[in-house]
Amino acid sequence: MAEYISINHGSGGKLTHALINRVFVDSFGLKLPLTDSAILDCKGSSLAYTTDAYVVDPIFFPGGNIGNLAVCGTINDLSVSGAVPAFIAASFIIEEGFPLKDLTLVSESMAREALDAGVKIVTGDTKVVEKGKCDKLFITTSGIGFLRSGLEYLSEARLVKPSDKLIINGPLGNHSIAVLGARNNLSFTTPVTSDCASLNELIRTVMDSCPSVHFMRDLTRGGLAAVLNELTAMTGLGIVISESSVPVDDPVRGLCEMLGFDPLYLANEGKVLMVVGDDDSEKVLEILRAHHLGKQSAIIGEIAPEKNKTVIIQTSVGGKRILDMPSGQQLPRIC
Amino acid sequence: MKYIDEFRNKDLIARLAVLIRMSATRPYSFMEVCGGHTAAIHRFGIPSLLPENIKLISGPGCPVCVTGTDFIDKAISYSRMDNIIIATFGDLMRVPGTSSSLEKEKATGADIRIVFSGLESLEIAKSNPLKKVIFLGIGFETTAPGTAVTMMQAKELDVRNLLLLCAHKVMPPAIETIMREGTDIDGFICPGHVATITGSSIFDFIPDNYNIACVITGFEPADILMSILMLIRQVNSKISKVEIQYSRAVKPDGNILARKHMDCVFEKCSASWRGFGPIPESGLALNKEFEEFDAEKKIPVTVTPLQENELCICGKILRGLYSPADCTLFANICNPNNPLGACMVSAEGTCNSWYRFRL
Repeated sequence: MAEYISINHGSGGKLTHALINRVFVDSFGLKLPLTDSAILDCKGSSLAYTTDAYVVDPIFFPGGNIGNLAVCGTINDLSVSGAVPAFIAASFIIEEGFPLKDLTLVSESMAREALDAGVKIVTGDTKVVEKGKCDKLFITTSGIGFLRSGLEYLSEARLVKPSDKLIINGPLGNHSIAVLGARNNLSFTTPVTSDCASLNELIRTVMDSCPSVHFMRDLTRGGLAAVLNELTAMTGLGIVISESSVPVDDPVRGLCEMLGFDPLYLANEGKVLMVVGDDDSEKVLEILRAHHLGKQSAIIGEIAPEKNKTVIIQTSVGGKRILDMPSGQQLPRIC
Repeated sequence: MKYIDEFRNKDLIARLAVLIRMSATRPYSFMEVCGGHTAAIHRFGIPSLLPENIKLISGPGCPVCVTGTDFIDKAISYSRMDNIIIATFGDLMRVPGTSSSLEKEKATGADIRIVFSGLESLEIAKSNPLKKVIFLGIGFETTAPGTAVTMMQAKELDVRNLLLLCAHKVMPPAIETIMREGTDIDGFICPGHVATITGSSIFDFIPDNYNIACVITGFEPADILMSILMLIRQVNSKISKVEIQYSRAVKPDGNILARKHMDCVFEKCSASWRGFGPIPESGLALNKEFEEFDAEKKIPVTVTPLQENELCICGKILRGLYSPADCTLFANICNPNNPLGACMVSAEGTCNSWYRFRL
């Protein structure tokens, strides 16, 4: 008979311990006895520390689920800050009646993602709420990474200067469209799978051989458009990008045309924007393209000399317009 | 992608831009009536491809923009009642009513669902037999046939818990109002999707009565530039007529079946247009045979009309008399996050497009 999460699984008593032991301890390789905190040895290094909540609907979608999404998201937030991700904490808010088998699938995929990325899930928490008080499963992950020395400038964009090139590691919009297609209220299905992936290895490979990366950001909610506008706000400089050089897969493009979405505003879960010194841009492109997560990498534009904080897009037909910060939500609960 | 890439071909676009530059020998003002055109013009950066003596003016063709506040207020009143589900196109969610919006009502617990077609609201009604589902019908001749088919199916399948709050409108009376009140327009970029249903003859009165050029236009950049060139040539030759540029979709007779469905379900009525006030014969209401599906007859609600911000010039923008840059509120306290006027609300609204795209 199928087993479900009951409100008693959140009691903190026997059932809670049984659940944690059964679902999380083995797959995450947690050390027993379980304590209130994980004790980490940091050897005097600077740390990067991040946290994210995941509420994606539906929790299983083509190319991933809420579990590996949560792990990838935290790994990527650390990696783009110039850190080597090391430890993750995960908290689960589970709706009463949630199938135990699904919880197991989620935890196993988290464990697999963490193992592949060389990151340890070291602590966590489990709460159960009454039916209807949350939607199936919400996960919060926090992550700690060791900052590579001398990379403090990366997330602040301090070194970004005119004529730096903008590079992304592949086509945009796949995650959003995959999640949208998996919602059963739409009367169509899509062949699109999420791009959900841990980017730490890809980023490490680039940073190892090419230190002139001046800025990095993963292209999650708000998409490329939001990140470019944040970047202009940080640097005060303008940005010019070329629409036709931004890779977008045909099925994503088709659905965007139909539903009125712009792929530049859609969330991705395995895409990073790198701003690279002009001289090194081809080299970075080559390194990215040699990696399986960067085969379709492309230079999409550059930092402009104007101090106007404006993102200009040269449209595919040769026109010019502003690429503004997204306002309102294009698609709710995409991650 | 077929039907897209060939109409976004950069070389073709560049050639059209050169031809336009060569043909444009005087100042021209052209109005695009349809909100879809307004959005496409800005999204592709068309203004940056045109010479300065060609001015594009946005007309009253964004259905969300011209929908009266009283309609939103009625929808909000319904959404606050027990056992009612509102089914709506997503564009209406953020439209400000007198004191709230559907988005705000949803946040405080109203059951409001976004649909992509009227038929989805029929499915919602079927799976919620104990509740009433009110579909918010808005749009011109383009979306009205879909609503008509939905109501016909509801009747045939005896789904009595589906109701329609109807603000469907027809296009020609609004154009006629613009012409009568006098504007400085040399030609109309006529709405391609409306004409797909109606055929081309509904625009005949424009060249016949007002001697103004008309080209029924598709929605890709090459379509729009081609139409601008065709309009310039009509103006230069001083012969005004209705031409079909969007011939891959529009036939002179239109879609006869779709019109038959509309005639079966709707009758003409006076409708209130934001920025214009009431225009006779410009709205569609459910006819006698379908009145049992009319939300307003089944569950009457009364709302008090809104005092619009007196500095807002959306009405004049919709008539093509002013542009957003002339408005003191524009991009200031009126922006996509806090739309005060109708034209800022929808992605197809003139002010919204200007705010997001214009250099």
